[in-house]
Amino acid sequence: MAMEVTQVLLNAQSIDGAVRKNAEDSLKQFQEQNLPVFLVSLSGELANEEKPVETRKLAGLVLKNALDAKEQHRKFELVQRWLSLDGNAKSQIKACLLTTLTSPVSDARSTASQVIAKVAGIELPHKQWPELIGSLLSNVHQLPAQAKQATLETLGYLCEEVSPDVIDQDQVNKILTAVVQGMSSSEGNTDVRLAATRALYNALGFAQANFSNDMERDYIMRVVCEATLSPEVRIRQAAFECLVSISSTYYEKLAPYIQDIFNITAKAVREDEEPVALQAIEFWSSICDEEIDILEEYGGDFTGDSDIPCFYFIKQALPALVPMLLETLLKQEEDQDQDEGAWNIAMAGGTCLGLVARTVGDDIVPLVVPFIEENISKPDWRQREAATYAFGSILEGPSPEKLIPLVNVALTFMLSALTKDPNSHVKDTTAWTLGRIFEFLHGSVVDSPIISQANCQQIITVLLQSMKDTPNVAEKACGALYFLAQGYEEMGPSSPLTPFFQEIVQSLLTVTHREDAGESRLRTAAYETLNEVVRCSTDETAPLVLQLVPVIMMELHNTLEGQKLSSDEREKQSELQGLLCGCLQVIIQKLGASEPTKYVFMQYADQIMGLFLRVFACRSATVHEEAMLAIGALAYATGADFAKYMPEFYRYLEMGLQNFEEYQVCAVTVGVVGDISRALEEKIVPYCDGIMTQLLKNLSSNQLHRSVKPPIFSCFGDIALAVGEYFEKYLMWAMSALQSAAELSTHIAGDDELVEYTNSLRNGILEAYSGIFQGFKNSPKTQLLIPYAPHILQFLDGIYMEKDMDDVVMKTAIGVLGDLADTLGSHAGSMIQQSVSSKDFLNECLSSEDLMIKESAEWAKLAISRAISV
Amino acid sequence: MAPHDNRRPFKRAAISDQQKRRELSLLRQAQNRRDAQQQARCLASSILSLQSAAPESQPEQSDIELETVPEAEQESEAFSKDLDVRQASKLRGPEVRKWFARQLMLPEWMIDVPDRLAQDWYVFARPAGKRCFVVSSNGTTVSRQRNGSILHHFPSALPAGAKIRDGSGSAQSYCILDCIFHELDQTYYVIDMVCWNGYSLYDCTAEFRFYWLNSKLEESGACNAPSHYHKFRFSAVPVYNCDQSGLHAAYTGVVPYAKDGLLFYNKHALYQTGNTPLALVWKDENCSQFVIDTDGKGEIPSQQQVVLELQDDRKLVTSDDPPVLFGCLDGDIIEKSGLHTGNLLRFAIGDGGLSFVDGKLEKADLIYLGKSNRARAFADSYSKVLFQFMVRHSPLKIDDLLASINSANDQEKTPSDIEMVG
Repeated sequence: MAMEVTQVLLNAQSIDGAVRKNAEDSLKQFQEQNLPVFLVSLSGELANEEKPVETRKLAGLVLKNALDAKEQHRKFELVQRWLSLDGNAKSQIKACLLTTLTSPVSDARSTASQVIAKVAGIELPHKQWPELIGSLLSNVHQLPAQAKQATLETLGYLCEEVSPDVIDQDQVNKILTAVVQGMSSSEGNTDVRLAATRALYNALGFAQANFSNDMERDYIMRVVCEATLSPEVRIRQAAFECLVSISSTYYEKLAPYIQDIFNITAKAVREDEEPVALQAIEFWSSICDEEIDILEEYGGDFTGDSDIPCFYFIKQALPALVPMLLETLLKQEEDQDQDEGAWNIAMAGGTCLGLVARTVGDDIVPLVVPFIEENISKPDWRQREAATYAFGSILEGPSPEKLIPLVNVALTFMLSALTKDPNSHVKDTTAWTLGRIFEFLHGSVVDSPIISQANCQQIITVLLQSMKDTPNVAEKACGALYFLAQGYEEMGPSSPLTPFFQEIVQSLLTVTHREDAGESRLRTAAYETLNEVVRCSTDETAPLVLQLVPVIMMELHNTLEGQKLSSDEREKQSELQGLLCGCLQVIIQKLGASEPTKYVFMQYADQIMGLFLRVFACRSATVHEEAMLAIGALAYATGADFAKYMPEFYRYLEMGLQNFEEYQVCAVTVGVVGDISRALEEKIVPYCDGIMTQLLKNLSSNQLHRSVKPPIFSCFGDIALAVGEYFEKYLMWAMSALQSAAELSTHIAGDDELVEYTNSLRNGILEAYSGIFQGFKNSPKTQLLIPYAPHILQFLDGIYMEKDMDDVVMKTAIGVLGDLADTLGSHAGSMIQQSVSSKDFLNECLSSEDLMIKESAEWAKLAISRAISV
Repeated sequence: MAPHDNRRPFKRAAISDQQKRRELSLLRQAQNRRDAQQQARCLASSILSLQSAAPESQPEQSDIELETVPEAEQESEAFSKDLDVRQASKLRGPEVRKWFARQLMLPEWMIDVPDRLAQDWYVFARPAGKRCFVVSSNGTTVSRQRNGSILHHFPSALPAGAKIRDGSGSAQSYCILDCIFHELDQTYYVIDMVCWNGYSLYDCTAEFRFYWLNSKLEESGACNAPSHYHKFRFSAVPVYNCDQSGLHAAYTGVVPYAKDGLLFYNKHALYQTGNTPLALVWKDENCSQFVIDTDGKGEIPSQQQVVLELQDDRKLVTSDDPPVLFGCLDGDIIEKSGLHTGNLLRFAIGDGGLSFVDGKLEKADLIYLGKSNRARAFADSYSKVLFQFMVRHSPLKIDDLLASINSANDQEKTPSDIEMVG
């Protein structure tokens, strides 16, 4: 039943656009008319040794795309479509695919491997194609090298595609045996060994049981370590990748091997080619990640319990590890700071050194200081840069007591290097190091300040001067200023930056106008620093912040003037508008926070809103996220007066809510609906139909990113609280959405991420209930809520019994109990008394250490006692 | 299978400013949502308290059935005493005076040292000045003294305390602060917080109220220097745990105000209107200019003077609940001076002094002086009379307080003090 597709596929790769388009259309048509025949034909093409290699490859690719897609909902559709496909067709396709694995044409084999993995990814979880792994492995030893390589590659893709729980241990054992044997030094064929090593990388997640068995683990580790010594560089690299993966997946099993691994990695770092050396360094970075996590868990938990003990590998390796990493610092590339995508051994080594410092703290300092002293003033820029980088790297981790004496000595030197060093690379790193000094050792957390009145002036002068340097240096100088300002946050009514405020703002604005501000993200850094300077400003400089408003407005106005932009220009315009809207948002939030400045600021509100609306109008289908965020801040500052902007603004609000693709935009817009509800209160009623319809639609969509759903529920609460009994219109729909979400979120089964998500979902649901109850309070329609009360109490019982609520949910939940009692009064009294755990829950919250929980609980207690006593 | 790229961020802050803006927005929205929620809840409470306050003028009904949650009974009763500013503003004349006078928590005088002083009590230096209630609502702020008279009427930075063009300010929001107005620096020293931004703190422990006071007052801007919309500065007083060092700090520490004794607050006590033994005042010459009561001319009379209330059976009693009997007044004095039940009368304590049997007052040597000042709303309390009596005869000294904290420490160290239960 297969059809001839060769010519169409050839045409689909034609350089003639019209021919190509025609071919693509006919492929599409074919697929729509008869999917089974289409897919069988493609697999036939792929398997046919007489066909040209490019059509075979393309046939495989089209087949693969018929099985998988990036978007979750599309992927789901494709999976369903494959599962319901005619069984005969599926068998034919699979047979073709397996045959292709033995093809002499390497591209055909490789394509078939990937397609087989996709089919397995769909079928294995449904207990279909059970014979696959058996048939792949049945004669792996007798196969010619090419087929063996393809089989191992297929196993690798397969492990990447399916989750470990769908393959039983017996089959896992077989896969691992084949893979590890293929990796061993006895395997003479390089391609086979490489394929096996890469396959192991994906299969490691399946090897839990095998890593618990000493003999098997020893064997796997020996083979991996041997592979790091292979004469073939790609195998060495792949083997180190395996070690990196093992370091995070099986950290607690590494103790017996760590000494050997150190020797192997040290040799690779010093002598091997860069791709290999980078992976060897990454092994130690990854161990640092593990130990930092474990130690953080120790620190956060008074019992000192952790699932995994810390083996202090880094601490033990320290005397050898640190010198090795310091050596790498001297291997910089020229101009690496101008290249955004650069990643080399010096960068990896420095990054690892920073992680080591965070892992061991004070112990690293004496090991690094001699290196700094030795190299910091050398004529070779590499030595000066390396010394500076080493210093910057160890500023996070060790205690301030240990670091401050060093910093006090180094600060003057650094400031002088930033202005005088002839090498741009050194200046870049020096500015970065100053930023790290201010980030970690300046501010209210440190007892003895490193910045005094005496050197503050000098620091600012140097930083402002450096902002005129090359873009990469200027960007780092902005970063340093960012942290300098941050350290003065919450310093009280008077900030040491006040005398320089005007000059700093002026310099930053000048930077944003530099012709080369597009390089090294300099313009972004300048605006971000301006934002932080505004955030950390005090009342003293409020008049200056106010003066900034018309300046930024003018900048934003200027972006709106350009006509007929190319797509490249349009993107730049949009980015700049984002920065300016972000800046205005920060200013609005700052000035809106105190009454006198808000009052003065309000004179600009109409104009600013006008600009935001024009920013929206620049685009046809999407909404500008930063403008939306800024409007939220404006709505909060404006209050009920915001109503006058609604007729024009509403369409963009709706557009934002419909933006599923950029879910961040959707989430931000949902938040703004909340801001507007609180600002407008009942004046939001005319827009509620549209908003509620869209929100309910969003909830029922499987295309919308799940992280947007909890805020949508909270937003129900915001609206209900704003409009009161008018919410009746939506009550049934909202409650039914809440109810089904509540059922889903009562129990959590899954990893930490899912627990966190479920708690945020619970919180959203509970905030919705709170808003609805308080909104209906004292209205004649209160009784409409009575039928929902039993389910809500059941939900509260449910999550209380699960014992996995976080503090935020606990606070919201006990508040809901109070709101329910408060609004329903005597109707609620008996229900609450009968509920399984309300009383225990209340008592637990009343004795909570968390004041927010306690406060909510006091309220609930009051409301319940009244409900019961009526 | 391509090699895996493990590059990490280089010379980059872990978080972008845009992400920071998003997070700060979310934080602000969460805070605003909380405030809106809170306001809705408080609006509800004040309306409810109005309903339950109505039958209060009739004899108290105590037959509410509350079998299931007995501890809730006290709660709801305490709550029914909750004051509603809008309701109170309708009261006139003496009604106002009585009503306001009833709303303040009045400390008893310390006549012996309470147990567990170091564990359960706070101490702070009481500012000398006019004790008053400061109420902000509807865009204005009013301070009323204990006798209900208005001290100031002014705009303030307290929530709802000034008329500022601000759409978001709700008419329902209000604050009630327990303050002492200190003339010298024209500052309201806040010694307790009763309601904040519409949220009632009556039913909260002192521990919570002080925490709330310290975090909210500063935040509101009420501690800022006076300005057009903020006529008087407010300030919190430093409150210490009443351990050795805390007591020492309160007693000797330098404060910006003139001290008038020390106040002791039990950490677990709710804000209870009227006299309470869970708040105590104590003073000596080092921490107060007014240890011994003065007369109308500001001079210390040679004999201790007391104000007592005349009851219908000629009995002379204190303002305590229940009242403590000090003696009976001769019928002919009542006739001659035209006295009525409920009059507040001034007496001197004669050389006979006060006599006690088993720690209870048995006899007082009272000499009638005349009616008390009209501004007085209450008779003296028992503890005040006794404290004044002790000051003149055998005062409770700061060393006694310190010694009691020390001995409590010692006791805790003594293993033999463990209570046996087996």
